[in-house]
Amino acid sequence: MTELILQTIVNAVYAASYMSLIAVGLVLIFGVMGVINFAHGELYMAGAYTVVALYSLFDWPFFVSVAAGLVFVGVLGLVMEYALFRPLRDNPLGGLIASIGFLLILQTTAVLGFGVRMAFIKPPTQAKIEMFDGVVLTHQRLFVIVAAIVLLTALYFFLRKTRFGWAMRACAQDKEAAALQGISLNQVSRIAMFIGAALAGVAGALTAPLVSPTPYMGHSVIVTAFIIIIVGGIGQIEGAVAAAILYAFVHTFVTTFYDGVVADIVGLVLMLLVLVIKPTGLFGAKDRA
Amino acid sequence: VPDARTSIWTWAFGLALLAGLLVLPQVLSFSQREIAVLLVINVLVVVSYRLMTLTGEWSLGHVVLMGVGAYASALFSKRLGVPVPVSMLLGAVTAGVAAAALSFPLFRMKGFYFLIGSFAAGEVIRLIWKYFTFPFGGPKGLKLIPGFPDIGPISFFEPETYYYLCLVVVAVSVFILYRIERSRIGLTFHAIHWQDKLAESVGVDTFRYRMLAFVLASFFAGLSGALYAHYIGTVNPTRFDVEEMVYVLIWAIVGGTATFYGPIVGVVVLTVINDVILRSLGLDEARPMFYGAILIASVLFLPDGLESLVPKIKRMFGGAKSTPDRKVAEAREAS
Repeated sequence: MTELILQTIVNAVYAASYMSLIAVGLVLIFGVMGVINFAHGELYMAGAYTVVALYSLFDWPFFVSVAAGLVFVGVLGLVMEYALFRPLRDNPLGGLIASIGFLLILQTTAVLGFGVRMAFIKPPTQAKIEMFDGVVLTHQRLFVIVAAIVLLTALYFFLRKTRFGWAMRACAQDKEAAALQGISLNQVSRIAMFIGAALAGVAGALTAPLVSPTPYMGHSVIVTAFIIIIVGGIGQIEGAVAAAILYAFVHTFVTTFYDGVVADIVGLVLMLLVLVIKPTGLFGAKDRA
Repeated sequence: VPDARTSIWTWAFGLALLAGLLVLPQVLSFSQREIAVLLVINVLVVVSYRLMTLTGEWSLGHVVLMGVGAYASALFSKRLGVPVPVSMLLGAVTAGVAAAALSFPLFRMKGFYFLIGSFAAGEVIRLIWKYFTFPFGGPKGLKLIPGFPDIGPISFFEPETYYYLCLVVVAVSVFILYRIERSRIGLTFHAIHWQDKLAESVGVDTFRYRMLAFVLASFFAGLSGALYAHYIGTVNPTRFDVEEMVYVLIWAIVGGTATFYGPIVGVVVLTVINDVILRSLGLDEARPMFYGAILIASVLFLPDGLESLVPKIKRMFGGAKSTPDRKVAEAREAS
């Protein structure tokens, strides 16, 4: 029993890692540009398929493929920013619909290029760490945990300590005031979109050997990410990480001890409870609608 | 001075539309008739959704409430033996009651929080259908739902006849929704949307009006769900998932929600493009890609929705004639 609980904790840490990579990207995009990126799950899918293409089909080294996935999905983010979100800056509902359109395009591209079936990827390493008797953490999962910690710490220092980071946070707080200070909204949006998309891409690329990608894998991810950013309070990066950890633990434990559907129900009810008690999320500012 | 000619044209347009709707099944193929039935049902879904958006809140739970109507009507008729026309109304009432219950947690939230909160509430309902095999049938849903009973010699088993049934039910419902919007209640919804603090300060109970809009919209969504259930004969949780909801959202936004007819234009045009034109081009797997490109193009080039084309077309046909819409536009430009 103890080892089952310990194993579940390890699994929950892994789940929290990739969920926070995705949720933080979504929060960053929403915070800076005010648009709900429905295509975020498909950016995650695009990262996974980069690894399918480069690592599985062309035999590139795994980590080179992951890096390529980061850059590729980041560039997809730049394309979205330039072609969709910039012309629709004053039209959040339009941005939402445009991102749904982009989602359909990405999904169809994956279907046409790779088929609808699950793509199986041979894991680059079968090595694992045995901690106590029976409690196992595979290296593949460890990569995700390490990547989440390193990238999110780097993002934290980037936002707190660099001029770009200050500019970005200023835009998130008040666009007009930031523009009056000489901050370029276009440049800040570009950077935010690149980082946000690239984080989703890395999450997809690193988890590709663990989840067997399908063109529709983004669907469940985006639903979870929405729950997380709402519980954390929209636009709050620390809130998103905290909510990702909370959600991952609750969900993993309920899945292990009861069943997946019950875990989904519990997660959603938990979120509704948070919203009923504090309608702007755990870390949300008091008066943001 | 009311323009007599305009009203003649409006009448002529209305009669032509009615005639077109009545002969439509005769000129369509069998599979297109099926699409036509679903389209008529979806018109009610999207028009009832617009009533909800009048108060300024965008819900992602509308399709699930449609599902509540479908499940409830199916269960009443199948398990309790209630006659189908009665069970359809009971289904709609059930959806309204569910919406009333959901109002209490949901209307503490606003804006994006409400959007996601309504989504979560809908997902909980949907997962309950999926989890409980009794009475909801689990992931496979309910099958062998009784159809609409024959009236005299008319059987409603064929899409052709069911189309006329749906047309009557939906026309009456849309008319009721139109009258609600034009009533004092509808004006209050508008007031809550644009100036909720001001509305409150003159004594409007905004919570009760938001709840009323939600309950009315859900009642008609439930009715459309019941029409759907007794036509298809089977309902399952996947039919009412967020993907379907996204389509409703798309119809409403691409059509435009500033006018009553905007969402109707949206659902008709997009359904015709997706299910008739793209399908006949034979682009099976690539269809979503073209649909996505059309969505992007429409929000980029028609930010006010398809409805913004209507006054332009009117002007093209009416020359420099001064229509009421035009007068408003001119007054706006002058100010």
